[in-house]
Amino acid sequence: MASTSVIDELKRTQILELLEQGKRVDGRALDEVRELSIEINAIPKANGSARIKLGDTEVICGVKIQPDRPFPDTGDKGLFICTAELLPLSHPTVETGPPQPPVIELARVTDRGIRESHMIDVSQLVIEKDKSVIGVFADNVVVDYDGNLFDACSYAATMALLSSKTPKWNWTDEKPVLAEGEDIQLPIMTIPVSVTMAKIGNHIVVDPNGDEWACMDARVTITSDSDGNICALQKGGNNGFTLDEIVKCGETSVKIGAQIREKLKAAQQGGQ
Amino acid sequence: MGGRDATMVLLDENGIRCDGRKIDEPRRIMIRAGGLKNADGSAYIEFGDNKILVGVFGPRDVHPKHMSNTDTGILRVRYHMEPFSVGERKNPAPSRREIEISKVIKEALEPAVMLEKFPRTAVDVYIEILQADGGTRCAALTAASVALADAGIPMRDMVAAIAAGKVADTVILDVNNEEDQAGQADMPIGYMPSEEKITLLQLDGVLTPEEYKKCVQVGVDGCKLVYELQKKALNDKYFGNKGD
Repeated sequence: MASTSVIDELKRTQILELLEQGKRVDGRALDEVRELSIEINAIPKANGSARIKLGDTEVICGVKIQPDRPFPDTGDKGLFICTAELLPLSHPTVETGPPQPPVIELARVTDRGIRESHMIDVSQLVIEKDKSVIGVFADNVVVDYDGNLFDACSYAATMALLSSKTPKWNWTDEKPVLAEGEDIQLPIMTIPVSVTMAKIGNHIVVDPNGDEWACMDARVTITSDSDGNICALQKGGNNGFTLDEIVKCGETSVKIGAQIREKLKAAQQGGQ
Repeated sequence: MGGRDATMVLLDENGIRCDGRKIDEPRRIMIRAGGLKNADGSAYIEFGDNKILVGVFGPRDVHPKHMSNTDTGILRVRYHMEPFSVGERKNPAPSRREIEISKVIKEALEPAVMLEKFPRTAVDVYIEILQADGGTRCAALTAASVALADAGIPMRDMVAAIAAGKVADTVILDVNNEEDQAGQADMPIGYMPSEEKITLLQLDGVLTPEEYKKCVQVGVDGCKLVYELQKKALNDKYFGNKGD
């Protein structure tokens, strides 16, 4: 995906020419996100799941919730871990084997956006302090690639968490034992939304598709929470942004983020 | 990393931080250009209690060969922490964190280095964190820029870096380890002052839109301070009094 072929070079010329006229290759406005379709509880064996399509990029996220040992220094908090993986069927250039740096970055940025927003109140996920806590694992798999995996994985993980139901455990005989009763919602505090913008020439576009992703100069992913605050950011790509551009991107991410958040909420309500 | 104190006051009523600094005051920064004999360029930085050594090799042949690019040179960056650099011994194998930081530092340096002048070659930047105390990626990026310049590699500008952040609802410059662990936000920024370009930017922690704007501004201003020290380090080596 990262390889810039001759085709990508030619496409860059075309994409830049269009941008000069204020247009994008797929006809979208510069700050327009591709169509987002969401299906929740796609994987019934998971505690929560979501399958989302952002244009032609498709990601499935499953959440597993199970008792785990806490980290030694945070015995009063449950675990939240979010991962991301590119499956070999998602693109011809993806190979099996240990994850490459771009995929590691993807996983870490997706995790950070959700973690830093404090979406899940992990202090409510303690079974027995310092001994046993509830672990929430949100694993993303990319099944089809057309750019902007950062946002696709973030939306998939957020939706999967919103749809998750957790069992309860009691601490009996020095062991966590599954308690009777219905599963309950996770303690959700806010809904983080990541918005990725690509800089191509002197233009900034929201939600770059695969062609735009292949020829962009730099990118920035900004996550905002339900209060409209910014809670995580990652710049990438081998060029830079001006101070003005970064401030503008911050504003765009909050504005677009609010629109996406409404879609996520609607999908959550629709699925219940 | 240990040493975290729940009772610690991050910002007292006089606006003084846990290590005695004012809100807009960076830690003590010492940069030395050169120092390694075998590397083509090198730099050492002490940034508060961070101690970081950077060596640069190249432009040189690319191994493995298939990584080479006929249109441009390539930049390779390895950010690596010594097992003894942190409180509890760090496993020497590269962690996911180190892989990500290597990547963001590489992408922060690429806009500065004129790689197109050296097709088919590689420039390797090796960053060794000897001691870590919060803000290693910024200190490492700052030193790497000096080491690249020391290696005589053509550059558009040097990248200076420092973190802005938020503790006790106040925007501060240069986040230390305690402030990173217990504070509200950490925003590392890398900036090329002559090009007016932000080339490294990350954030974790919650900021209002106003705080976000202020944080970026404070960080960019901080980078300009760091930039002067980078230039001084090169000046000292190449134009300074070598007798002492």
